[in-house]
Amino acid sequence: MIKTEIAVIGGGPAGLCAAIEGTKAGAKVLVIDENSKPGGQLFKQIHKFFGSREHQAGVRGFQIGEKLLEQSRELEIEVWLNSEVCGLDSDKNLWVVRDKKESIKVIAERVIIATGAVENSIYFPGWDLPGVMGAGAAQTMININRVLPGKKVLMVGSGNVGVIVSYQLLQAGAEVVAVVDAAPKLGGYGVHTAKVCRAGVPFYTSHTILKAWGSECVEGAVIVRLDNSWNPVTGSEKFLDVDTICIATGLTPLSELAWMAGCKFEFIPELGGHVPLHDRFMETTVSGIYVAGDISGIEEASTAMDEGRIAGVNAAASLGYIDDDKRKKMTEKLWKRLNSLRCGPFGEKRKSSKDRLLTFRGEA
Amino acid sequence: MILRKEHDDVIVCRCEEVTRGEILKAIKEGAGTVNEIKRWTRAGMGLCQGRTCKVNVAKILVRETHKNPKDVLPSTCRQPVRPVKIEVFNGNE
Repeated sequence: MIKTEIAVIGGGPAGLCAAIEGTKAGAKVLVIDENSKPGGQLFKQIHKFFGSREHQAGVRGFQIGEKLLEQSRELEIEVWLNSEVCGLDSDKNLWVVRDKKESIKVIAERVIIATGAVENSIYFPGWDLPGVMGAGAAQTMININRVLPGKKVLMVGSGNVGVIVSYQLLQAGAEVVAVVDAAPKLGGYGVHTAKVCRAGVPFYTSHTILKAWGSECVEGAVIVRLDNSWNPVTGSEKFLDVDTICIATGLTPLSELAWMAGCKFEFIPELGGHVPLHDRFMETTVSGIYVAGDISGIEEASTAMDEGRIAGVNAAASLGYIDDDKRKKMTEKLWKRLNSLRCGPFGEKRKSSKDRLLTFRGEA
Repeated sequence: MILRKEHDDVIVCRCEEVTRGEILKAIKEGAGTVNEIKRWTRAGMGLCQGRTCKVNVAKILVRETHKNPKDVLPSTCRQPVRPVKIEVFNGNE
């Protein structure tokens, strides 16, 4: 059994920032991550980030990850890798399994859940063939493991993940045969979409995948046009010669531990479905348990980092490491940054959804 | 997802190989929550504990029963949330 003041579950952008703020304030922090390297999804983000200078706009995701790791090392933050948090209760007892073999109980005074999200899957005839994978999985293969998942790719979903991974697949040497989206409009940022367009990749809006075909693995796919009621138009089927199908149809918060600990949830489809209720200090309905990053609503690494900072500051403050005045000032400053990130056509939607989430706590 | 009747044999839960048709049958027989579908068919009871299929099971339930999506809760989460070998329990606290 091990005791800590703040346990941070997940060492991605939100978790690392939470740990950095908590440690800077003087609290004893333990970061627990199931992967062999901290940083979460940052190390596969080889594209430049948006936002303002203080959000490190123009810096590539993996470089932000390196900075966070450097800062964590300087602050001598304890990070357990290859460690899975298998259980959490409302008294903030964690059951951790290290290296798949050692079972340890961690008793924390505060818990920050920053577990991120999981890719949504869709099912269609042939979706269980080898060669069908999440777009994020393909991104891990090319940018982390340096393995090309296939030579001819169909991307399902034109949101940011879909277009960014399409472009990186092109850079890695694959052919992106098509990007399809069931919606009548494209879903990603213009900058990323335009790059894929300029590379000559055809986009099919109001189209979806009907089936994948192949004996041992994907050997082809059939896409179909959808009418205004989202029904397939007979006769519009198109056969595509592909060996890989990437699914980029959104993310769902990875929230098992928050459910298990008894946190209350609210259903907000724009944020990825059921999300744990939290206040402006990122504290859930269970006292002393905080959330930050994609688990509190699907957004981006930049917002995840600021949410993590808010959670870290407030968890440390609640332990007496930061006085109330300073805590409020720091929190408000971070909220200003968050609001400046949540602007533009995509950000506004996220801001109003996040604000709606706060109204359930009477804090809009 | 766009699926016609002839596609009832499409697998929704890969871990336990549960088809869309089996899930539809369970709903017809009275399974009204993701938890009940899980117990009826084993969808979501496998190695990944529903991380891949439970959103799709919920969507099927919403479409078939016209329930409000906010009322269709994911299946109950219990520890361990990751697959754990029995040997982990041996000699540990």
